[in-house]
Amino acid sequence: MTSLEQDLTPALTATVVEAFANATPLMIQGSGSKAFYGRATHGQPLDLAGHSGILEYEPAELVLTARAGTPLKHIEHILAQAGQMLPFEPPHFGDPQSTGGTLGGAVAAGLSGPARPWQGAVRDAVLGVTVLSGEGKVLHFGGKVMKNVAGYDVSRLMVGALGTLGVLLEVSIRVLPIARVQQTQIIPMSASQALAHLAEWNRSPLPINGASFHDDALHIRLAGAHSAVHKAALRIGGDTQEPTAATHYWQALRDHHLPFFQAKTGNLWRVALPLTAPIAALPLARQLIDWGGQQRWLWLDNLSDAAKIRPQAQAAGGHATLFCAATGNSMAPFSPLPAPLLALQQRVKASLDPKGLFNRGRLYPEL
Amino acid sequence: MSISAELAHESPPLSAERYAALIEGLRAIVSTAALLTTAEAMKPFECDGLSAIKRMPAVVVLPETIEQVQAVLKLCHRLAIPVVARGAGTGLSGGALPSIDGVLLSLAKFKSILHIDATNRTARVQPGVRNLAISEAAAPYGLYYAPDPSSQIACTIGGNVAENSGGVHCLKYGLTVHNVLEVTFITIEGEIITIGGAALDSAGFDLLAVMSGSEGMLGIMVEILVRLLPVPETAKVVMAAFDSLENAGQAVANIIAAGIIPAGLEMMDNNAIRAAEAFVHAGYPVDATAILLCELDGTAEEVTELLGEVEAVLQRSGATGLWIAKNDEERIRFWAGRKAAFPAVGRLSPDYYCMDGTIPRRQLASVLQQIDAMSKKYQLEVANVFHAGDGNLHPLILFDANKPGELDRAEEFGMSILTLCVAVGGSVTGEHGIGVEKLKPMCAQFAADELEHFFALKAAFDPAGLLNPGKAVPTLQRCAEFGAMHVHHNHLPHPDLPRF
Ligand SMILES: Cc1cc2nc3c(=O)[nH]c(=O)nc-3n(C[C@H](O)[C@H](O)[C@H](O)COP(=O)(O)OP(=O)(O)OC[C@H]3O[C@@H](n4cnc5c(N)ncnc54)[C@H](O)[C@@H]3O)c2cc1C
Repeated sequence: MTSLEQDLTPALTATVVEAFANATPLMIQGSGSKAFYGRATHGQPLDLAGHSGILEYEPAELVLTARAGTPLKHIEHILAQAGQMLPFEPPHFGDPQSTGGTLGGAVAAGLSGPARPWQGAVRDAVLGVTVLSGEGKVLHFGGKVMKNVAGYDVSRLMVGALGTLGVLLEVSIRVLPIARVQQTQIIPMSASQALAHLAEWNRSPLPINGASFHDDALHIRLAGAHSAVHKAALRIGGDTQEPTAATHYWQALRDHHLPFFQAKTGNLWRVALPLTAPIAALPLARQLIDWGGQQRWLWLDNLSDAAKIRPQAQAAGGHATLFCAATGNSMAPFSPLPAPLLALQQRVKASLDPKGLFNRGRLYPEL
Repeated sequence: MSISAELAHESPPLSAERYAALIEGLRAIVSTAALLTTAEAMKPFECDGLSAIKRMPAVVVLPETIEQVQAVLKLCHRLAIPVVARGAGTGLSGGALPSIDGVLLSLAKFKSILHIDATNRTARVQPGVRNLAISEAAAPYGLYYAPDPSSQIACTIGGNVAENSGGVHCLKYGLTVHNVLEVTFITIEGEIITIGGAALDSAGFDLLAVMSGSEGMLGIMVEILVRLLPVPETAKVVMAAFDSLENAGQAVANIIAAGIIPAGLEMMDNNAIRAAEAFVHAGYPVDATAILLCELDGTAEEVTELLGEVEAVLQRSGATGLWIAKNDEERIRFWAGRKAAFPAVGRLSPDYYCMDGTIPRRQLASVLQQIDAMSKKYQLEVANVFHAGDGNLHPLILFDANKPGELDRAEEFGMSILTLCVAVGGSVTGEHGIGVEKLKPMCAQFAADELEHFFALKAAFDPAGLLNPGKAVPTLQRCAEFGAMHVHHNHLPHPDLPRF
C-alpha cells in the first residue's frame, strides 16, 4: 500500500534521464485500469501510481492540482466534500472495489463519462500540467487559472495522447459544483424515436447532463436548479428513477458495468458521431447510445462488419475506435490518419520525445 | 527599452531582387486588385489594435480561395519569405503586426457562413466571418455562438481561434478552445490539413487545442466548425456596490462557493466606474470602491431561484447597494457600461494601454492594491476592469504619448503588472495573446527549457519558421537581453536563463 502523499519526481526524472541516455523505451503505468486500451506497447515499466497527492485545492477557485498518480476516487471524494466534481466524469474501469484509476491515467486516456456533451471533455477541464519530457526535463505548461493562453497549449495536447508525449507529473483541473438537483427520467421507446427526441431536445435550452439509450428505453439525466429540473422533467415525460438507483445507473454506464458492456463477446467499438448521423448498416440491437447520440457503443463479432464501421463513421463526420478487441483481432484500435496529418503528428511527437521513449506505438505504430 | 524600440532592429526589408520575385509570383496567383503594394494602400495594415506599434509589410495579399492561399504559401515557402495572417486586426498584442520583409495575408475575403446545422448545433464558417455574424446567422434557429469578446462586431473567428479569445460569458460557456470542433488549415508548405471533426473528439493528438491560441504561427486557418448553443430562455443581471476591494473579491468567491456558476461575473474599480458612467450613463454608483455585475441565465424559474440566492450572498458579503435590472433594457444598460469601459477610459486620457493578465481569484484584492501602489510609483492613473469570475484582469493604464517618456513608463508599468500576475500564480495573458507585446513577461512565466519546447513544437508545423516570425514565444537570447527573470511557481526571481 503506497501512501497518498508521495513525490516521486526525483526518481522518475532520474529514470527518464537514464533512459534518454541509453535510448531505453519506457512503458508508463498508472493503476493499470486502462491497460486494455490502445495498442500493445513494450519497454521498461515506469510506475506512476505511487506519485500521488493533492497539491492545491481551494473550492472557490474551482481548480484542483494533484500528482498524476493520485487515485480518481480520492480526488472525487475530496471534491464531493466541497460539493464539487470533475466535470468530465472520468470512467473507472475494472473492479468497482479498486481505486478507480489515476488522474494521470484519466488525462492520458482522455475518456469522458456521460456528462461530456454538456460539461465538457477531459481536455476542456485541463488547465495546466507538469510533465517530464523525453529528455528527462521537468516542464510546466498552462497554469492554475481558468485562462492560460500563454505559449502553445501543450497541456491539452497531452490529453488522449496515451502517454506518448511525456510523463504527466502534475495536472491542474477545472472543477465544477455538483448540481443542486439531479433527476433521471426513463422513457420507453425505440432507438429511432430516441434519436429523434434527442435531436429535438438538443436545440432547446434544457438542463440535460446525461442521455443514453439501450434496451428500448431512453435515460435522461437532468441537473441544475430545482425549478429548472422540475419543469424539464414535465416536458420530456417518462418515469422518474429512484435517486440511488439513478446514481448507480449513471456510474455503471460510465464504468462499463451495465450488462450491455459485460457481454464480452466479440469486439467493443466506440463510435463518435454527430448526433444526427445514422448508422444504418449496423445492427441496432447491439448498440448502446450515449452522449445524447454522439457516442455509440457497438458489439461486433464479425470482422466484415468491423471493416465497414470505420468508413461509415468517417462519412458521417466521426470516427470509430476498436475499444476492446476480442483475442486474435489485430485490427488497429484507432482510426488511421491521413498521411499529412500522421506526418505532422510524428513531428509533434518528436518535438517532445525526440528518441521516442514513451509508450512507443501505443497510439499508432508510427508514434 | 520600449517595445517599438526593440522591434526597430529586426529584419531589413527584402532586397529588390527578392521583392521582384515575390511580386511576380503573387501576380500569377491573385488579381491585381487583391495585391496591395503602395504605402497608401498598405497603411491600414501596418498595425492591429496595439496601435502604438506599426510596421509596413513588403506587400498585402487578399486571396479569395483556398487554392490561392495554398499557392501564396507555397510561393513564400519557396522564396523563404515570412507570412503574417490577419483577420480584422483588432488584436491587442500585435499578433497581426506585419513583418517588414514579409507578406501580410488578409483573410478578409473569407467571409461566408457555409452551413448552419441547427440539429447538431454547429456552424461551418470561413475564417474572416465576424464573431457576431455567426450568432446573427444562428439566431433564427434559437442558437448562438457563445464566446463574446467585446470586439465581437468587428473581430473574426479566425482571429478568435488564433488568440483563443474569451468574453464576459466564458466563465460558464468557455473560451474559443471550448467552442471549436474542427479547423482546416494550410501549412507553410501549402498542404491542407483538417483537425478535429464534426464529432465530439477525433483520433490522434489533440492538435485542435494547439491551434487555439497559436497566433498564426502554426498554419493559416481557412475553415472552422464551431459549436452553437441554444439561446437561454432568460437572463437577469444584478449589480452590487462595495466599499472595499476585499469585500468585492470575497463576494466573487462566495458566489462560486455557493455552487453557482453565473453566466457572467464582472468587476470594475472606482476609476472604471466613473469613466463608464460619464460615458454611457449606465446608472452605476459613482462613489463605490468597486461594483460587481452578475448575470444569471436559464429558464425563468431557475433564474429567479438563483437570483434570490445571489442577492443573499452579496448582502452577506458586505454589499453596500444592490440593483436588479428590472427589464432587458436596463440589463443591457448595466452591461453597456462594462462593455464600453475601454472607450470610456479612452475619453479620459489621450492614450491608454490595455493590459491582460490572469490571477487566482483569491489574490484579487492584494493584486489591485499593489497595482495602486505601482500607479503612484509610475505616476500614471489606472482603471481596472476584471472578468472576476475567471480571474482575468484588464488594467487600463492612462498616459499621453506626446509627453516624453510616458509611453515607456506605461509599458514598464504594464510589464510590472504582468510580472506580478505570474508571481501570484497567474499568467501573462488571459485572452489577448502574447504577440510582440508580451514577449518580455513570457520570459518571466516560462523557463528556458519550456521556451525551447515551444520552438520545437512550432518547428513541427513550420520548420523554416516563416509563419508570423518573432511573435508569441521569445527566443532565449531575447530573454537574456531583456534581463527578465523567470518567476514561475511563486519562486522569487532567479536568473536561470542562459546569457548569450
Ligand atoms: C475594443 C476591443 C475590445 C476587445 N475585447 C476583447 C475581449 O473581450 N476578449 C478577447 O478575448 N479579446 C478582445 N479583444 C482583442 C481582439 O478583438 C481579439 O484578440 C480577436 O480575436 C482578434 O480577432 P481579429 O480578427 O481582429 O484578429 P487579428 O487581430 O487580425 O489577428 C490576431 C491573430 O490571429 C492571427 N490570425 C488571424 N486570422 C488567422 C487565420 N485565418 N489563420 C491563422 N491565424 C490567423 C493573426 O496572425 C494574429 O496573430 C478586443 C479588442 C478590441 C480592439
